Amino acid sequence: MEEANKVRLHGTWRSPYAKRVELALKLKGIAFEYVEEDLNNKSPSLIQFNPVYKKVPVLVHNGNPIAESLCIIEYIDETWKIGPRLLPQDPYRRAKVRFWASFIHQQLYETMLTVMKTAGEAQEKAINQLLEKLQVLEEGMQEFYPDEVPSITAQNMGILEILICCLLGPYKLQEQVLGIQIINPETTPRIFSWLTAINQVPLVKDSAPAEEKTLALLKFVRDIALKSSSA
Amino acid sequence: MAAVKLLGAWLSPYNCRVICALKLKGIAYEYMEEDLLNKSPLLLQYNPVHKKIPVLVHGGRSICESAVILRYIDETWPENPLLPADPYERAVALFWIKFADDTTSSIAMMYLTTVEEQEKATKECSDMLETIEEHGLIEGKKFFRGDEINMVDIAFCSVAHWVGVIEEVTGLKAFEPHKFPKLNSWILNFKSVPVIKESLPDTETMLDFFKGRREMVLASKSS
Repeated sequence: MEEANKVRLHGTWRSPYAKRVELALKLKGIAFEYVEEDLNNKSPSLIQFNPVYKKVPVLVHNGNPIAESLCIIEYIDETWKIGPRLLPQDPYRRAKVRFWASFIHQQLYETMLTVMKTAGEAQEKAINQLLEKLQVLEEGMQEFYPDEVPSITAQNMGILEILICCLLGPYKLQEQVLGIQIINPETTPRIFSWLTAINQVPLVKDSAPAEEKTLALLKFVRDIALKSSSA
Repeated sequence: MAAVKLLGAWLSPYNCRVICALKLKGIAYEYMEEDLLNKSPLLLQYNPVHKKIPVLVHGGRSICESAVILRYIDETWPENPLLPADPYERAVALFWIKFADDTTSSIAMMYLTTVEEQEKATKECSDMLETIEEHGLIEGKKFFRGDEINMVDIAFCSVAHWVGVIEEVTGLKAFEPHKFPKLNSWILNFKSVPVIKESLPDTETMLDFFKGRREMVLASKSS
């Protein structure tokens, strides 16, 4: 197979990490082949391309594999200097964006996962932590959007939009399944406007799986969590 | 030239990463040692989110998180680049820096855990070393994926310098030179670089400190 200039993404529709890369590629208008991996039956390619973690996403460009979604997104931004810049040019602003990218990636993603996968007291604790961390992000947004949250389009979406979108884009469905409020327009008005704006971008809407599919997945994850906690 | 300040703690490998980078680039800086049990108002002001060191302050503006600081230093002072120029090689380097961020805490865990959890911590550390040996280091290259010292080497300074100390203090064994020959060579190469030698904290001082604190750590776990 002709590998020169070919871009292939190994992912799964269930993975928000794979979704990040998918969005980055689409925002840049990069043509790519998509391989849906079955994580219970990983392809030999995936294992060969990501021997350290054996996880999605993996981007393969010119036959060269890159793993870890944040590393992939920076690679995409540097290699294709078309479309929106996913990170700012100025080193200090880049540092701020990387700091908050790390915060959303490490703090929010992990805590959200705990909220989804636990029950009872453990879940209550995780929910409190999530809400606290969202407050931290709310204040932190003043660093990268000191005035109003700008109107978000496919031309100005960046890495932070991608990260928050892949985690909390479907927040209404998550709230429905969990039976809690996660995004409160009064206590986190900036995050609320931000997510609302991102969710209205046509490219984001078109890339999201059908609501019923997402809902079914969330319910499935919750059911397992509830079963294992009462076992 | 705007002033550069580093808020750090001598014992921290994350702090050491930043010192290595500053010294490799020949950047003059003022160092402020933080007492982590009594954090300064300055630290709390410059890193309100995590309240942790290291924090780099450049022209009065703060940058937090050692991996973020390393990128900032490399981009602001581009001479003697610490990352490859080729975007693909750079992506691979960033992968390993992230791996270091995600797994080197297992070294501290060997020290911070008591008997029941120590075995698990030691295994995690050993698995990490095995991964670096098998997938990270290239035969014949002096440093990580190259013949010049770079950001990935710096990111793994805790492997080069803290593992031995923690092993001696705890009596646990994660690193066996004969099992990890490439890693063994890398450690020797890394520690022979004069700038790195200057940047690493003194081994004897580290041993004294860790041994001295060990009782307290173990006591706090059993209460």
